[in-house]
Amino acid sequence: MFGYVLRRFAGAVPTLFFIVTIAFFMIRLAPGGPFDLERPIDPLIMENLNKAYHFDKPLWHQYFIYLGNLLQGDLGPSFTRRDFTVVELFQTGLPVSIKLGSLSLSIALVIGTFLGAMAALRQNTWIDYAVVGTATLGITIPTFIIAPLLSLVFGVMLGVLPAGGWDGGSFRNMVLPVVTLALPQIAIIARLTRGATIEALRSNHVRTARAYGLPAFVVVVVHTLRAAILPVVSYLGPTAAALLTGSVVVETVFGIPGIGRYFVQGALGRDYTLVMGTVVVVAIFVLVFNLIVDILYAWLDPRVRYD
Amino acid sequence: MSDLSEAVLSIRGLKVDFETNDGRVQAVKGVDLEVRRGETIAIVGESGSGKSQTVMAVMGLLASNGRVSGSANYRGQELIGLSDKQLNKVRGAKITMIFQEPMTSLDPLYRIGKQIAEPLIHHKGLTAKQARPRVLELLKLVGIPDPERRIDSYPHEMSGGQRQRVMIAMALANDPDVLIADEPTTALDVTIQAQILTLLAELQKKLGMAIVFITHDLGIVRRLADRVYVMRYGEVVEQGTTEDLFVEPKHDYTKMLLAAEPTGRKAPPADNAPILLEGRNVEVEFKIGGGFLAGPPMYLRAVDGISVSLQRGQTIGIVGESGSGKSTLGRALLRLLPSEGIIRFDNRDIAELERAQMRPIRKELQIIFQDPFGSLSPRMTVGQVITEGLLVHEPGLSAKQRDKRAIEALKEVGLDAIMRNRYPHEFSGGQRQRIAIARAMILKPKVVVLDEPTSALDRSVQKQIVELLRKLQADHDLSYLFISHDLSVVRAMSDYIIVMKQGKIVEEGPTDAIFGDPRETYTRTLMAAAIDETKFRQAV
Repeated sequence: MFGYVLRRFAGAVPTLFFIVTIAFFMIRLAPGGPFDLERPIDPLIMENLNKAYHFDKPLWHQYFIYLGNLLQGDLGPSFTRRDFTVVELFQTGLPVSIKLGSLSLSIALVIGTFLGAMAALRQNTWIDYAVVGTATLGITIPTFIIAPLLSLVFGVMLGVLPAGGWDGGSFRNMVLPVVTLALPQIAIIARLTRGATIEALRSNHVRTARAYGLPAFVVVVVHTLRAAILPVVSYLGPTAAALLTGSVVVETVFGIPGIGRYFVQGALGRDYTLVMGTVVVVAIFVLVFNLIVDILYAWLDPRVRYD
Repeated sequence: MSDLSEAVLSIRGLKVDFETNDGRVQAVKGVDLEVRRGETIAIVGESGSGKSQTVMAVMGLLASNGRVSGSANYRGQELIGLSDKQLNKVRGAKITMIFQEPMTSLDPLYRIGKQIAEPLIHHKGLTAKQARPRVLELLKLVGIPDPERRIDSYPHEMSGGQRQRVMIAMALANDPDVLIADEPTTALDVTIQAQILTLLAELQKKLGMAIVFITHDLGIVRRLADRVYVMRYGEVVEQGTTEDLFVEPKHDYTKMLLAAEPTGRKAPPADNAPILLEGRNVEVEFKIGGGFLAGPPMYLRAVDGISVSLQRGQTIGIVGESGSGKSTLGRALLRLLPSEGIIRFDNRDIAELERAQMRPIRKELQIIFQDPFGSLSPRMTVGQVITEGLLVHEPGLSAKQRDKRAIEALKEVGLDAIMRNRYPHEFSGGQRQRIAIARAMILKPKVVVLDEPTSALDRSVQKQIVELLRKLQADHDLSYLFISHDLSVVRAMSDYIIVMKQGKIVEEGPTDAIFGDPRETYTRTLMAAAIDETKFRQAV
């Protein structure tokens, strides 16, 4: 197993390199640059700026400079937030996004699997219909509607929770953004769990467990749910990576200082280093969580072994 | 066989209904049967006869849309109508069951030791630790080699036969009075089948439980059962001792079942018949694993240097167990798989031909598969299915001409022309296999590879398909490569037989020679397992 993890890490390096390379050249393909302001800049200043940020060198040279810096953990200065380096921006923003993301993920996991399993065990009863109906609704209503709606109802009209802001991550400020992030995930996980549980309940080995007079609890928990959780585990890899690296919508609507905004802001402002930094961080999260999922999967399902 | 008079399980007027979208389906229509202590009864019938549903109802395992009525009495206790909780005191302890699907009946996520221990833990109140010696003892009893090591295996680390032994161990854990075996050997290779049947017979002798054997295979019935119930359309049509039933069957259906063993032989091809399809030193290798950072791949040689020559009008039977490479060989000879070696068809080397060059030849080389349910597209009408090949191979035909050919082809396989407007799911297994045959025959091929074409079918339907295939062969001077593990069918079809094991030919020769005087041990094992019942009875 240890050898497998090591090999996977070794395999992740070229993947990361590949992603960085593509992203680097793609953002440069976009027209414009970080210093194209509405008011033209004095040519002399422009020249100095270009020199300072190596824009006077050929693109391939800039690429290697970036790679060199990246290897030293230096993501460069931000172009649009001149007082900060990209690393500094992530140091303050990433913990916020991770906190929000992991909370919503945990809540979604607990509630989603519970609802999904309940629906499957009571298939074709009102419980099942209620869960499936609500889940479908949860998937179809986009976050950019739920977020302002929650903010409006609980923040403005009822006034029970702050309509926005972070306040250093106080509990009251986290409730609405966490709920917004968790709702669609609860819906997806509930549907996944329901489908997998129904399939597992019909499987031959569950029939065997029933034929041998095992108590209902053992049949359901030991022989059904462990098999049913497998597709959910697969789903969790990319989802965890996406949630933990922040959400543009939620951070914008609730005014939260996470890193989700940086992707959009960086891309619009041609903040090359910020975009690249976001790409690197998201890529690392995706690679790490996929590895965690694979290990978890192998632990749950002995048929999957990696040595 | 102790006291035969005392019934341990008696079923009276048992009915099973299923509520479906098309209304109520009566699967079992009032069955009476009884099992006496220590005896073996067989419930025989073809698919859909209700034989499995009868016992599923008794065990409380019906699908959620199933309703049961009537009575099933275990030693004075009524089982029908019990709650799951009450029924759990009986099932798994006093009445146990093994299933048709050894590959999937065990939970893939847990070690077999834990699974065998579960009935002990929940019925006898043992702890996992206390159960372990008993589990070891059971594994020894069912003949699992090296039980101390195997107790910690996962199901996927065992073969089908071993998994069925594990199921049997589980069934015996609590010394049951009745063991229900629902087609326990159908999914297994013949030699493994024989081992499992022998094991069951021995265990019964030793432990004295009653066995209810559900099967469609009359060979098994004759070997094992004391009494037989014959079921059809949810009813018992005949019952009696095995001897009476085989010697003097009363009901027409029983007579038909007994006569359903494929009989007769095929007329040999002309002596001077030309060789049509020939393979020299054919090899097929599969790459397993390997890849970036995963180390070098492994190679599995599925077909290892095999030479065959098939004459016009001849049938070569290819026999072997699963994994012997017989299907792979059939596919390689039709160039459906990349292979090494020389393949000649109609005096032309086809091994090196490009896809486009192969296309006109494909018309002459057809294949029919085992699974009549999976091999027909569910979204096409039967007419579309069987004329699809014409679109490629005879693009000049008008829709009307194609339709005419479809009608001819359907008639030829004994189906009604009207059926071409219906969809495959509306047909039974045997009819679907006829449709698959029509799809191949419409192209007027010269060589047809038949890959277990009868294995998924009931015995009586098998016989009809065998007769149909023989008739088509005689009418069109076809050459067949007949791949099967079923020796009685192979015998009825083939002129020449090749016995394969692990990708190699272990023995080959004319059918009479192979069946009359098998030389290789492997062939003899196969034969003994499948055919020689007297030997089998002596062995038990």
